[in-house]
Amino acid sequence: MSLALLIMIGLALVLGALLGYAALKFKVEGDPLIARIDAILPQTQCGQCGYPGCKPYATAIAKGEADINQCPPGGDAGVRALADLLGVEYKPLNAEHGTPKPKSVAFIDEQTCIGCTLCIQACPVDAILGAAKHMHTIIASECTGCELCVAPCPVDCISMIPIGETPDNWKWKYPTIPIVPVGLNPRQLSK
Amino acid sequence: MNALVNFAKIFKFHGGVHPPENKNQSTQLPIGQLPLPDRLVLPLRQHVGNLPKIRVATGDKVLKGQLLAEAEGTVSAALHAPTSGMIMAIEDAVIPHPSGLPDKCIILAPDGNDEWIEHRPLDWHNMERKAVIAELRNSGIVGFGGATFPSHIKLRADGKSGVHTLIINAAECEPYITCDDMLMRERATQIVQGILIAQHLLGAEQAVVGIEDNKPEAAAAMHAAAVGTNIQIKVVPTLYPSGDARRLVYLLTGQEIPHDKRTTEVGLQVFNVATVLALHRYLDHGEPAISRIVSVTGNVGRPQNFEVLFGTPLHLLIQAAGGAKANTTHYIMGGPMMGFKLPDDDVPITKAANCIIASAPDLFEPPPVPMPCIRCARCADACPVSLQPQELYWFAKSDNFEKARDYKLFDCIECGACAYVCPSNIPLVQYYRYAKSEIITADRAKEAADLARQRNEFRLQRIEREKQERAAKHAERAQGAKAEAEKTPAPQANQYAASKLAAPDADAAKKAAIAAAIERAKAAKAAAAQTGETPKNIEPTSSAVKQEIAEIDARRKNVGLEDKQGAASGDAKKVSPEADAEKQAKIAAAIERAKAAKAAAEAAKKEKGE
Repeated sequence: MSLALLIMIGLALVLGALLGYAALKFKVEGDPLIARIDAILPQTQCGQCGYPGCKPYATAIAKGEADINQCPPGGDAGVRALADLLGVEYKPLNAEHGTPKPKSVAFIDEQTCIGCTLCIQACPVDAILGAAKHMHTIIASECTGCELCVAPCPVDCISMIPIGETPDNWKWKYPTIPIVPVGLNPRQLSK
Repeated sequence: MNALVNFAKIFKFHGGVHPPENKNQSTQLPIGQLPLPDRLVLPLRQHVGNLPKIRVATGDKVLKGQLLAEAEGTVSAALHAPTSGMIMAIEDAVIPHPSGLPDKCIILAPDGNDEWIEHRPLDWHNMERKAVIAELRNSGIVGFGGATFPSHIKLRADGKSGVHTLIINAAECEPYITCDDMLMRERATQIVQGILIAQHLLGAEQAVVGIEDNKPEAAAAMHAAAVGTNIQIKVVPTLYPSGDARRLVYLLTGQEIPHDKRTTEVGLQVFNVATVLALHRYLDHGEPAISRIVSVTGNVGRPQNFEVLFGTPLHLLIQAAGGAKANTTHYIMGGPMMGFKLPDDDVPITKAANCIIASAPDLFEPPPVPMPCIRCARCADACPVSLQPQELYWFAKSDNFEKARDYKLFDCIECGACAYVCPSNIPLVQYYRYAKSEIITADRAKEAADLARQRNEFRLQRIEREKQERAAKHAERAQGAKAEAEKTPAPQANQYAASKLAAPDADAAKKAAIAAAIERAKAAKAAAAQTGETPKNIEPTSSAVKQEIAEIDARRKNVGLEDKQGAASGDAKKVSPEADAEKQAKIAAAIERAKAAKAAAEAAKKEKGE
């Protein structure tokens, strides 16, 4: 009886020590859930969700402070992915935070630009190049299309240009199957 | 020919199909030449990789073979003027692409002289290999079998396991296409020259040409041309898709290339016959890639192969082949298995255009309506890559892209063998292409998001750093001011000003100063309480000022009540309770008066109204 007790206590101590050591040794820095949520978010850093960027929004979701349907650039697919990750019910995008738009890039009309640097300060990804009293320009490949530079511009020289379809970004479409009215033999129809 | 077949040991790959060949139609006539068109449209996108950088401007006069656009970045190919003339425009035009979308093109108006640039053949035998390959960057040569991968990259044999065997792809397995067949029949000697060049550049010990057994004339011509060299001609059985590089390698060598490795990693390199011929033309004659052989077949008057300048509009080619028959519905570029429908008959011929098929309902039946998958797995039997096409189909159909990727969707060569054998007529390849482009788009979006995240994080970090730097600078300045103050003992007021300037880092000094000030104030208060005097901030002032203040106080005591009241508004501490009560009474009286006046006014108003 006492031997069994001793064995059990000994085991508990050994395993406890092992677990304690593992907890220290393999400690995970930061909240991995935030990183996983952040990986799903589109990183436009547009702030449409009401938070000052994708990471703060991810943190808010992880804490349960924000809903999963506040990210219009992520679109429906984004909400679904978040619902999947968090094991919660899917809900349609909250229209209060805006509606999904086709991806676009900002464009500075270089004739109108006065070089005030306000847009440079607003850009969350440093995609605008320029200096005070010198013309600014957008690095199109870095632009996330967040539109944060549009509002601060005092001369309204920034416009958003939707990215069109080119042979480079063109996608093969889902094969469509013609709809055949009931009663018709599809094989006859095709001939 | 049979003797040849027996000689060659062939390793049969898995699956494959044998559709009707339909090659005889276009091999009846020799390779034809086209009259010079009056307008050439040269798309920049004619190869795999980056678009080349334009080196000419509108209005420039160019000679035949002159560089129009040079290779940009690693994977890219140059573009040359197919004939002499003038650059009319650099604008968007419809290109032969499954999307049917316009893309940037150089429009050239030929002057009719067909005047060449100075030919600069290279002495490649005695040149350093690297220098020759660097030269080839400006040749514009890409894989002319249809893949259009820039050739100078394939020749750069910097892999660890050097290439020991050069495989020449002359299988031409797709039905209808005969451009390589005719090229071998008519220009076998030049092809052999090209093979020798490629062999030299790669340092390959041996070269093997793989030809399908439905091209006996071509095989015989190549055999005759290769006499006296160590080039082996191997005839392989006709089975689609033996022209796929990995399938051909297996057929000829029995070596299976791991799916995640390139052929060069196992010491093999594969070139198309037309590509090695272009190498010969460039290095031995100084002619860059400006034309190719195109089979024009299907529903046309006289199916034939033509040597066509890049940029030639398709309708000229159709015209040369006797015109399209009346019931032609559309044109297909490439073969019937892997080709795609062209948007119209005005598109230019590009480096990828190996075959143009005029399509008609009696030639290619419109695709029957697809039926549900019956899980017969015939597609799996036909798949030359040994994939599970039925699984891929289900995953692609249900947008389960991760699973599709796990089932090696990207190893699919889109040969169409699965769709060819499918009893339910499911357009399988379309599903795979759809899934592939969705995955590629998602990957690109992910890459862009990662970049944006990184840049955003860096920006936040930078802002934080700048803030700290600013704080440090302030602290430094404050420290400097303090040091100065310590050197020359200044009045207290000055010290206070200095401590006001101090930044968070000088907090300690500031706090000490504040504490000292509070202490002093407390002491003064205590002293005031002891003497029963009202505290006066006059301690540090001179005796003259003190005297003046005392005089003023004395004068104040002498003046009457009204003066005291006036002072009350300025100094609340001095207001006595009596004065307050008096004031309240006065206010109450004033309010009473105002009320009475108002009531009187209202009464008067009422009277007037009545």
